[in-house]
Amino acid sequence: MANIVSDVICTFCGTLCDDLEIELSDDGKKIKEVYHACAIGAEKFLHSQAEDRITRPRMMQEDGTTKEVSYEEAAKYTAKILCDAKKPLMYGWSSTSCEAQSVGHEIAEAVGGMVDNTATVCHGSSLIAVQDVGIPSCTLGEAMNRADRVVFWGCNPAHAHPRHMSRYSVYPRGFFTGKGAKSRKVIVIDPRKTDTASLADAHLQLDQGRDYELLSALRVAFRGEKLPDFVAGIPKDQIYEAADLLKSGRFVIIYFGMGVTQSLGKNHNIDIAIAVTRDLNDYTKAAIMPMRGHYNVTGSGEVLGWQFGFPYCVDLSRGIARYNPGETSSNDLLVRDEVDAAFILGSDPGAHFPISSVKKIAQLPSVAIDPHLTPTTAVCKLHVPVAFVGVEVGGCCYRMDNVPIESRKVVDPPEGMLTDQEFLTMVLAEVRKCKGV
Amino acid sequence: MAEYLIKNGFVFDPVQGINGDKKDIAIKDGKIVESVGASAKVIDAAGKTVMAGGVDIHAHVAGPKVNVGRNFRPEDKKQAIYEPGRGVRRMSGGFSVPTVFKTGYEYANMGYTTVMEAAMPPFYARHVHEEIRDTPIIDQGAYPVFGNNWFVLEYLKNGEAENTAAYISWLLRMTKGFAIKCVNPGGTEAWGWGLNCTSIHDPVPYFDITPAEIVKGLIEANEYLKLPHSMHVHSNNLGNPGNYETTLETLKLAEGISAKNDFGREQVLHHTHIQFHSYGGTTWGDFESRADKIADYVNSQKNITCDIGFVTLDETTTMTADGPFEHHLCELNHLKWANTDVELETGSGVVPYVYSPDIYVCGLQWAIGLEIALLAKDSMRFHMTTDHPNAGPFTRYPRVMKWLMSAKARDEMFAGMKNEDKVRDRTGLSTMDRELSLYEIAMMTRAGTAKALGLSHMYGSLTPGLCGDVAVYDYNPETASDPEAIEKAFGKAAFLFKQGELIINDGEIVSNGNKRTLWVNVKTNENPQVERDIALKFNKFYTVNQNNYEVAAHHYVPNPYVFEIDATV
Amino acid sequence: MTKISLNLLTGRTIQQGSTMEGGKEKKAYTKAVAIIEMTPEDMKRLKVWKNTNVRVSNEFGSVVVKAVLAEQGLHSGDAYMPMGPWANMVVDPNTYSTGMPTFKGTPIEVEVAINEPIYDSQELVRRACGLKV
Repeated sequence: MANIVSDVICTFCGTLCDDLEIELSDDGKKIKEVYHACAIGAEKFLHSQAEDRITRPRMMQEDGTTKEVSYEEAAKYTAKILCDAKKPLMYGWSSTSCEAQSVGHEIAEAVGGMVDNTATVCHGSSLIAVQDVGIPSCTLGEAMNRADRVVFWGCNPAHAHPRHMSRYSVYPRGFFTGKGAKSRKVIVIDPRKTDTASLADAHLQLDQGRDYELLSALRVAFRGEKLPDFVAGIPKDQIYEAADLLKSGRFVIIYFGMGVTQSLGKNHNIDIAIAVTRDLNDYTKAAIMPMRGHYNVTGSGEVLGWQFGFPYCVDLSRGIARYNPGETSSNDLLVRDEVDAAFILGSDPGAHFPISSVKKIAQLPSVAIDPHLTPTTAVCKLHVPVAFVGVEVGGCCYRMDNVPIESRKVVDPPEGMLTDQEFLTMVLAEVRKCKGV
Repeated sequence: MAEYLIKNGFVFDPVQGINGDKKDIAIKDGKIVESVGASAKVIDAAGKTVMAGGVDIHAHVAGPKVNVGRNFRPEDKKQAIYEPGRGVRRMSGGFSVPTVFKTGYEYANMGYTTVMEAAMPPFYARHVHEEIRDTPIIDQGAYPVFGNNWFVLEYLKNGEAENTAAYISWLLRMTKGFAIKCVNPGGTEAWGWGLNCTSIHDPVPYFDITPAEIVKGLIEANEYLKLPHSMHVHSNNLGNPGNYETTLETLKLAEGISAKNDFGREQVLHHTHIQFHSYGGTTWGDFESRADKIADYVNSQKNITCDIGFVTLDETTTMTADGPFEHHLCELNHLKWANTDVELETGSGVVPYVYSPDIYVCGLQWAIGLEIALLAKDSMRFHMTTDHPNAGPFTRYPRVMKWLMSAKARDEMFAGMKNEDKVRDRTGLSTMDRELSLYEIAMMTRAGTAKALGLSHMYGSLTPGLCGDVAVYDYNPETASDPEAIEKAFGKAAFLFKQGELIINDGEIVSNGNKRTLWVNVKTNENPQVERDIALKFNKFYTVNQNNYEVAAHHYVPNPYVFEIDATV
Repeated sequence: MTKISLNLLTGRTIQQGSTMEGGKEKKAYTKAVAIIEMTPEDMKRLKVWKNTNVRVSNEFGSVVVKAVLAEQGLHSGDAYMPMGPWANMVVDPNTYSTGMPTFKGTPIEVEVAINEPIYDSQELVRRACGLKV
């Protein structure tokens, strides 16, 4: 009789599938097989117990080798660099639980840190746009049950959120969408003919970086006004057709991603996409949703929000919370030499920040808290491995539609390994000693 | 645990009929007691007012739409001083949508010890509880919303009262909820298609049930389950000129129904922020107050309570599960609009709003709330709220007290309005010189709210045996003359006790206390049909598995206080 | 030496995602991520066979990756590199006061670099930061 743990939450991306089944060995110690996950989620669970897993903290030496240290020494070092720094960067937070994030925030408040999460290189543009124009949105199930027009703008779920289309957006038979994919028309807007585009009813292959113009043209088309012959490389007939297709639907859902947040225009691309959604609400029902990347970047934004009032780029260095992306954002802080220590947890800026920022991290007193070996751990002075949230320890995570789901513990972490929350609690105690509170 | 004796204060306790007498209050082992020994710590309350800790029956302080308000309004943090942490305090900021730390501290500063989160979307219940857990000092509970829930709509349409009750008890347990909340019944489901229900007879698209049937069905389910609080309704047509008729029609649905519960609750229907629902006229042009009609009706019906939702004339943030209303508001004021529709359950919208004293409609809204409260014959049934933050931030309660207690303060507000004459003309408040007493204020802010919540055995009074929740204010009712002193004193409690623990000492917060989360666990008869329906809907239409839906796990509700009820037959 | 100008896009691929979870220090990650996808027209312009090493450079930096044929069709003139440390050697770090670097839409120049090595992610980043490898 197979030893199966069901209703397991996959802690990779913002889709936060909660229907995984993990087959364990009879003694419950080893993961044998993963069911229902996409290729990325499966790899996460299966790789978590790899033989070559680092299980103890290690300090980088001058000659590039590493020396193992205890968790206690690691906590002391971490506390010291945070307390010695005038303005430490505390970055990441997206691949860990809300409970761990909360302890991290206590540390940040005690040391006057700059708290930023991966939205800074992902949907930060969207957060700024929402602060300008708001956002008409819904839960994934609302879209599944009602939407008959599905737009993927600047995102490629086939590759980045592989089960999104089958769990929520295109294929499921919802309450009012009983014919599944046949109930829906799918439009993809992307400068590439992506694998997602190949499934769509229409693909507007616009010129890269011209999304703002095309979104603006859609608003013109909604109102039946005149368009130039081409906008963003798309012929006006196609634009009018797309506009009519959307207006004729009874529920339009727009999913969007890095294609619009990371191209020039950035937050303005998003605020006009939101305006398009608002316009559509004059004719029919429409909603828009960002395709969040990390499985708990949304959670980091939520916890920062209810504790400090801002979703990312939070500056606690003056004893109160300040917010100013462009000034208090990680890449800008690093490049301008405005932070004097780097504390990285639950993310990999070494791989995902521009190299100019990574060079700065390498020069600073630094610690990387991560189960994996990464380009970040390769340039930080201390690497602290911790348990995988969702595999070896549970914790609350927020899905891309802000729905909170409690992830499960499926197996024990390696002998003696701590969780983020446990290590951070040790660091907090050391910080309090340093600060004499 | 320490014993305390609060000596020589002017005590106001409507439950015991104490109206400003000098009395000593004793606290021991977390409760109010008759007397304590000589070793008790003495708090000198001479010249000060003493009341039970305040109980807020309706505020939006924890959950997804509140956090949308915080995150999408960075400018809100500039509207009040952001305070650094000190001692036991964390840093705290925000004006109309304060952070959770500020929420706890500011309620404590007003002498409040219990606050009910007004609307919890069940699908997001975990988020509500995370915020409640992180909010220091105050006991809290949350009301899951039922008025647009697919199970409720289907069961009530089929007239299946038992199934409705079984489902509700299941959902209260899953979400660790406290009461049945009903917002814009049917209308928010219609909003799933961009539509609305503005009268109680508009049928809900597809489900084909009317708001009247939903409200009636939920009232009956509430009494079947014998819950501590009554059905808590935000009726249809909020905010529209002429809506007082919809309100009266909704309230009339409670006629003839009597309360069934073991908690001392007497009402079967609580109408929230009734100010927003007391409008006359037909357009913004002939908009006028119909506070008289609403107050008359509530006065005459002993089985109804209400909270006012006083407009405070601030820049604030509106947020409600009345999704279509928020879209409508955004079309009026063209400010940023956030909306989240929630599968199978509800929806919500958030829009900033500036209540300017220069706009006569806003001036009138300010007046209408006060008018209703001053027409009340029994202040136990007309409660203090600002529907925080919709009509104004909760930190304005002391200011509202000032207006209720001082006709002079009201005249000053009228005088500051650009269209004073027009506003005065459209409201009865203009000629009212009634001034509420502290006794009546105590009814509106603790005795009445605790009773309506079914919590009078714990809160709202200084009767021995009740929780040691006591507030001491620097306000001498015998000598105070300047109305400004009311706002000042009741915004900065001199001392506060929560469950017998000293929270505020001489105006300074010295402890985060041991807050509890209140929720209701109702046992009903086994119901295989409802169990099957739930399993089916999770299988096919929800995007989370049934086994992942419940707010379980200790770290969400670390200090629960559970009301066990047996509603089996 | 032929050099062509292209417009660089970066982003997720499923191979990048799954090899990442398998460990960024592993060969599979380098194989999946140290690449640049180009159209057949552009490869012709550059006079390069597919699966040849090329050097990608601009004012922000320079990196050697393998040129592959784009399976998800690009406009000619556009190129695509999976997100990761190789792409980030040349991506535009300017945030223009938004906090967000310009990961999509960076001008690059590409030339053949047949004999130049492709470093794994650890070595690539350590070299760029001046650390011992």
